[in-house]
Amino acid sequence: MSAVTPPRTAPARRGTPTGPTDGVRRTPAARRSRRAEAAFGYAMIGLAGAAILLFTIGPILASFGLSFFAWDIITPRRFVGLDNYAAIGGDQRVVHSFGVTAVLAFSIVLLQVAIGLFLALLVDQRRRASTKAVFRTVFYLPLLASTAAVSIFMTYMFNERFGVVNYYLRLLGSSGVPWLTSDAGAVVTIVFVAVWQSVGFTFVLFVAALAGLPRDVMEAAEIDGAGPVRSLLRIKLPLISPTVFFACVIGLINAMQLFDQAFIMTKGGPGTATTTITMVIYQTAFQNLQFGYGSAISMVLFAALIALTGLQFTLSRRLVFYS
Amino acid sequence: MTAPSFSRSSLFERSSLTRRIGRGAGLVVLVLAATVAFGPLLWTLTTSLREPAESFTNPPVWLPLEPDFSNYAAVFGEVSLGRFFLNSVIVTGLIVGAQIITCTLSGYAFAMVRFPGRGAIFALFLATMMVPVQTTIIPVFVLISRMGLSDSLASLILPAIGSAFGTFLMRQYFLQMPVELGEAARVDGASRFQVFRLIYAPMATPAMATLAILAFTGFWAEFYRPLIFLQSQENFTLPLGLVTLQGTFGTGSISVVLAGVILSMIPSVILFVVAQRRFVEGITAGSFR
Repeated sequence: MSAVTPPRTAPARRGTPTGPTDGVRRTPAARRSRRAEAAFGYAMIGLAGAAILLFTIGPILASFGLSFFAWDIITPRRFVGLDNYAAIGGDQRVVHSFGVTAVLAFSIVLLQVAIGLFLALLVDQRRRASTKAVFRTVFYLPLLASTAAVSIFMTYMFNERFGVVNYYLRLLGSSGVPWLTSDAGAVVTIVFVAVWQSVGFTFVLFVAALAGLPRDVMEAAEIDGAGPVRSLLRIKLPLISPTVFFACVIGLINAMQLFDQAFIMTKGGPGTATTTITMVIYQTAFQNLQFGYGSAISMVLFAALIALTGLQFTLSRRLVFYS
Repeated sequence: MTAPSFSRSSLFERSSLTRRIGRGAGLVVLVLAATVAFGPLLWTLTTSLREPAESFTNPPVWLPLEPDFSNYAAVFGEVSLGRFFLNSVIVTGLIVGAQIITCTLSGYAFAMVRFPGRGAIFALFLATMMVPVQTTIIPVFVLISRMGLSDSLASLILPAIGSAFGTFLMRQYFLQMPVELGEAARVDGASRFQVFRLIYAPMATPAMATLAILAFTGFWAEFYRPLIFLQSQENFTLPLGLVTLQGTFGTGSISVVLAGVILSMIPSVILFVVAQRRFVEGITAGSFR
C-alpha cells in the first residue's frame, strides 16, 4: 500500500504511537498520553458529531417514534400504535405516489446512466484534448443551475401553447404536445428535465473512470486485434463496472427523492400523475399537519431506499467486476 | 515515443475506413447531444435579453443582436431579487465555512487520532449519509420551531454545519499523509492541536476546496428546506424566491424571471471556471476507494 492509494480502513499504525510497550505493559506516562490523545480525538469530532447527532441521528429516531402517534403539532399527540402504517396500505394517494415515484426513478436512472455512459465513451474516443474539454464543459453546464431554476425555464419551454418546444414541433407539422397538461406528457417531461440535468453527473463519473483505465491493457487488446465493439464489451465495461454500479446506486437514491421538478413544474399533476412520494410527505405533514402520519410515510420511503440499495448490492456481486 | 516502429500512432494509421466513419458518426452524435444540453440554457439567456412585452413570442431570438437589459434592472428594482441573492450568499457562505471547519477537524481525528470507538463512530457517520432529508425534516422542523428559529436564515444554516460526507472526504485526504511529520513535531514539543493546525491542516487545502465546492453547489441550489422552513418573502433564498416570482408574474414578463435565473447561475459559473477540477473531484470522490 503506497501513499498514493488511500487504504480502505485506517491501518493500525495510524495515530500517535504510544510506544513499544503498547498492549503489553503500559507505564503511567504512556497511559496518560493515550488518555490525552483520546480526549483530543473526541474534542476534534465534537462539532461535526454534535451537529449530526442533533440534526440527523436524533431526528431519524424522533421520526420513527413520531410515526406511532397522531399529531397536528398544536394539540397533544396521541399514541395510535401501528395505525399510521396500517393506513398507508389503504391510502390510494400514498400507494399511487409510490408507483409514480418508481416509474419516474427507474426511467431517470436508466436513461441517466445509459446516456451518460454513451456520451462518455464517445468523448473518450476523441483524440484532441481541447475537443474533450469542450464537450466535458457543455455536458456539465446544466448542473450549474439549481433544479428550481431548471424547472422554471423548462416550464416555459414546455408550455403547450406558447412554449418553444411545441413551436418547433408545429413547424415540423405536429399539432403540439400537451407536455405538462396530460398525464403521460407530464411524466415524460419530468423524466426529460431530470435526465437533462443529471446526465452531466454520470458523464463526469464515466469520463474519469475511462481515463483511468490502464493504457497497457487497452493497447494489448488493440494489438491482439480486438475491434472497438469487442474491446468495449469485454474490457472497458467490465473495468468500469464498479463506477456504473456507483452511478446506479447514487442515481436511484436521488431519483427516489425527486421533489423540486414535480413541485414546480406540475404541482404533482395533472391530477396525481406526477405526485411523488416526497410530495405526499410534504402535503401530509406541512399542508395537512399530519405529522405522525407523514413520519410513517417518510419511514417507509427510508425503508424502500435501504431495500433498493441492498438489492443493488446483491445484484452487483454477479455483475460488477472488481479487479 | 522512443520506439517509432511500434508506436501508437502507427497503429492508428492502419485503422480501417469503417473505424473512421464510426468516429465521424460519434462526433455528429456528440454535437447533437451538446445542442440538447446547451439549447435550453441559451434560450434562457437570450430570452432574458428580450423586451418583456415580446419575450413569449415565437420564434425565439437565438442571437440577441439588440440585447435589452431592462429585465435585469427590473429584477433589482421592482422585484426583491437582490434580497434573495443576499440571503443565499449568507446561508451558503456560512454553511460552507462551517463545514470546512467541522469536517476538517473530524476528518483529521478519524484519520490520525486514536480513540476508543473510533471505527464505530465513523461507521455511524457514514450510515447517516443514507438518510433522506424527507425522513428527518419533520423532527428538524419541530426542533427549529422549539429553538425559536422558525422562518429565519439560521434555521437553514444551523442544521447544516456538520456533514458526514465532508468528514469522509477529509478523512480520505488525511489518510494519504505521512504520520512521521506529526510524530517528529510531537517529539519537538508541539501540542496535538499545533500538529494539526500548523502541519496537517495547511496540507489539506485542496480537499477543503473540493468540500467547499460540493457544499456550495448543494446549498446554493437548495429548494426543499427553504420551502418548508421559511415563510416571509424577505427571508427567501434564490431558488425559492425565483419560484415565487414565476408564480406572481405569470406569463406576462417571463423575461424578468429568466433574468433572475441567469443571475442565480453566475456564482456557480464563476466557481466552475475558476475551479473546474474541484467539481470533478467532488463528483468522483465517493466512487473511487
